[in-house]
Amino acid sequence: MTDRLKIARQFIEAIPHSRDLGMTLTDMEDGVAVITMPYDERLIGDPETGVISGGAVSAVMDTCCGAAVMSHPANMGGTATIDLRIDYMRAATPGQIITARAVCYHVTRSVAFVRATATDDDADNPVATATGAFTVEGK
Amino acid sequence: MKRPEPVQIVKQRRDVALRALVSGVPYIQYLGMKFDRRGDELTGVLPFDEKLIGNPLLPALHGGVTAAFLEVTAMITLSWSYLWEDIENGNLDFDPVEGMRLPRLPKTVDFSVDYLRSGLPRDAYARAHVNRSGRRYASVHVEGWQDKRTKLFAQATGHFVMPQRR
Repeated sequence: MTDRLKIARQFIEAIPHSRDLGMTLTDMEDGVAVITMPYDERLIGDPETGVISGGAVSAVMDTCCGAAVMSHPANMGGTATIDLRIDYMRAATPGQIITARAVCYHVTRSVAFVRATATDDDADNPVATATGAFTVEGK
Repeated sequence: MKRPEPVQIVKQRRDVALRALVSGVPYIQYLGMKFDRRGDELTGVLPFDEKLIGNPLLPALHGGVTAAFLEVTAMITLSWSYLWEDIENGNLDFDPVEGMRLPRLPKTVDFSVDYLRSGLPRDAYARAHVNRSGRRYASVHVEGWQDKRTKLFAQATGHFVMPQRR
């Protein structure tokens, strides 16, 4: 693991809410970030099926999009969410790890634009997608 | 003319229905959310907790927590408005001990959150408004605030697929 990834990983894993959900940063470079989140019974949104809540998917998407912005070479510091839209395509299969992959595809002096996808074991069939705008900190 | 029902009976029936809706969902319990009820009006309450922090330097609430809080408030308010007539008419299986057997929750299709200012490390409140609720789909708007009702820290709009009646 590179030093840069190691530092980024420590940073993400120091976020109390991300740590509490067991999120792990597996990749973060040049505007792309990948974060995994294990299945957890505390996150169930539908008790009849054991499917996790959309809210928990939002949390991993938001963290992953923020990490992608922070890893972009044009952004010097931290970031904050301006707007985030999530489309829920299907229920995540209970028991499987959620993997979010975010790409910061455009950065201006003030705004970073991000797209993200969340998948479970069936990686070709997304659970959710997100698009967002994030703040860019000054040079 | 029929005498109105005693106030305790009416309140108990509403509170049992609300509890049945909220307490069965582990994720709502994980966030530590509660719902305040005044007549048919619901307010989602999110008491502050360290585990909800997303930026330890400021500190600020996690953007994902804000989204989840608004989404849960929207979803519960939508279910509540859809069940209201049945609760009032006593059409749901009602048992003071066992609670109520309720339909499943609506499914979120999409949810779009507008982050207006950072969430402070204190309690948050949210109220949702059902823009339209049809047989199959619904559109819901929700506003979140902390200290001042008119100073929102986030708002959102979402679309939902309604549960089928069983």
